[in-house]
Amino acid sequence: MSPAGGSLFDRIGRVDRRWIYVAIALAVIIPLMAKLTFPVITTPIVQNIFDKLDSLPEGSRVILTADFGPSTVPENMPMIQAVLRHALHKKLKVYLLTLWATGIPQLDLLEKNVLAADFPDRVAGTDWVNLGYKAGNQGVINSAFSDFPGAFPVDSKGHDVRTLPIMAGIKRLADFNLIVGIGSGFPGVKEWIQFGGDPAHVPVAAGVTAVEAPLLYPYYPRQLLGLMGGLQGAAEYEAALVKRYPEYQSRSEEAIKRMGPQTVAHLVIIAFIVLGNIAFFAGGEFKGRKRA
Amino acid sequence: MTLGPWLEMWVGALLTLMILSFLYRDNPFYRFAEHLFVGVSAAYWMVEAFWTTLIPNLFGKLYPPMVAFVLPALAKNPPQISRIIPLLFGVLLLLRLVPRFAHWSRMAMALAIGFSAGTNLVRYLESDFTSQIGQSIRPLVVTQPGFSLGGTFSALVVVLGTLSGLVYFFFSREHKGAFGRVSRFGIYVLMVSFGAAFGYTVMARISLLTGRMEILGRWITHGFQFPG
Repeated sequence: MSPAGGSLFDRIGRVDRRWIYVAIALAVIIPLMAKLTFPVITTPIVQNIFDKLDSLPEGSRVILTADFGPSTVPENMPMIQAVLRHALHKKLKVYLLTLWATGIPQLDLLEKNVLAADFPDRVAGTDWVNLGYKAGNQGVINSAFSDFPGAFPVDSKGHDVRTLPIMAGIKRLADFNLIVGIGSGFPGVKEWIQFGGDPAHVPVAAGVTAVEAPLLYPYYPRQLLGLMGGLQGAAEYEAALVKRYPEYQSRSEEAIKRMGPQTVAHLVIIAFIVLGNIAFFAGGEFKGRKRA
Repeated sequence: MTLGPWLEMWVGALLTLMILSFLYRDNPFYRFAEHLFVGVSAAYWMVEAFWTTLIPNLFGKLYPPMVAFVLPALAKNPPQISRIIPLLFGVLLLLRLVPRFAHWSRMAMALAIGFSAGTNLVRYLESDFTSQIGQSIRPLVVTQPGFSLGGTFSALVVVLGTLSGLVYFFFSREHKGAFGRVSRFGIYVLMVSFGAAFGYTVMARISLLTGRMEILGRWITHGFQFPG
């Protein structure tokens, strides 16, 4: 613990960091318990993805990747669920896959929480397919670029993909209409742009963790048609989906609900930053340094 | 709730608490959870890579009847003898484990490095270099479909930010006078981008904390009701 003494500002500057952890925890827990939410407005960078998906004709082929693990589920899962609901509502053909071994359980969760729960009438292998995981990072995309069924010879249940109706007419990556990469690092959206979207001339849309979002902005808007950055991006997509299709309100507001604690925690952090700066500049240490 | 999800919830909640305990100070519970995570992750990735990639993409194509016990759908496919090449290189890589023949692994390693370097070079050059230059060349005043003040401002920020950032990293001339002022502006642009990246990082961490708190909340409310 910090030694006592000095002015109020000095004491603030020496506050034990564990008190800050407690404050942040409370800033998350209290709004969660109070179910605090704020209005979410969809920005153009997210609206572009929604509009693109909404404008695709029925039967268009969409690759939806779950390149993330359990550690980023709070950010990535609401995005991928909202996009999957939207795509299935528009009767697009969805090809689920992952380049992360830890993405396999996420695809299983999607099958359970979205496909089985909201679209039980859609047939696996005809309307959607889970192609599972393939090791090899960007090498897998490189391979799928020229021979998609060769890169994914079986689906997650072990069926030969060449026997599935959904794979009819698919030879290479260029046969798809859209790639939606939901990821949280390497391999992920960047690799899908470099090795998939750019050479195959297939539009790429992305949903990534907030940490990764700044790295992808340079690709927008020519190489990346839209970007969902972190929980805010997910909430914006959910807001667009619920606005256009209100029937998904009860099932697709996970990120919107989490933005309440997020906003309060941000306000607390901003308050700490301001307070910390005031304490530093008004405190004795800074004044002493200035005099020296 | 059935026994499986109930146990899953308890394991998840207890491991979360063990990891969060590090915020107070380092302790054996944290270390146990950390080591468990590293070990389980390594084993999980290895097992999944074997069953989802080596079995269907290598053995299932080289000699399909070999994988009939796990992938009967592939068993009747014709064998692809060419797959013996990746198998051979895979075996060469494993020879690293045998000191006497370890040097043979360099051949496979050389192929892997050469192929990766070659394909990555082309793709990075195309997507991250030439395309990015193309993205930076844009009209300074946005007039399509009509005049846009916001669009014009964004275009100016991108162009001036890119140029001044490049000037900051140009070390063949002393950063003095007008050149120095542009370089100074470049530093400010970099600082703003670092600040934005830091802000996004904070947002990510809070999102993850919210997720863990939801799991702990579910554990507190449902974890003590024994599965029926």
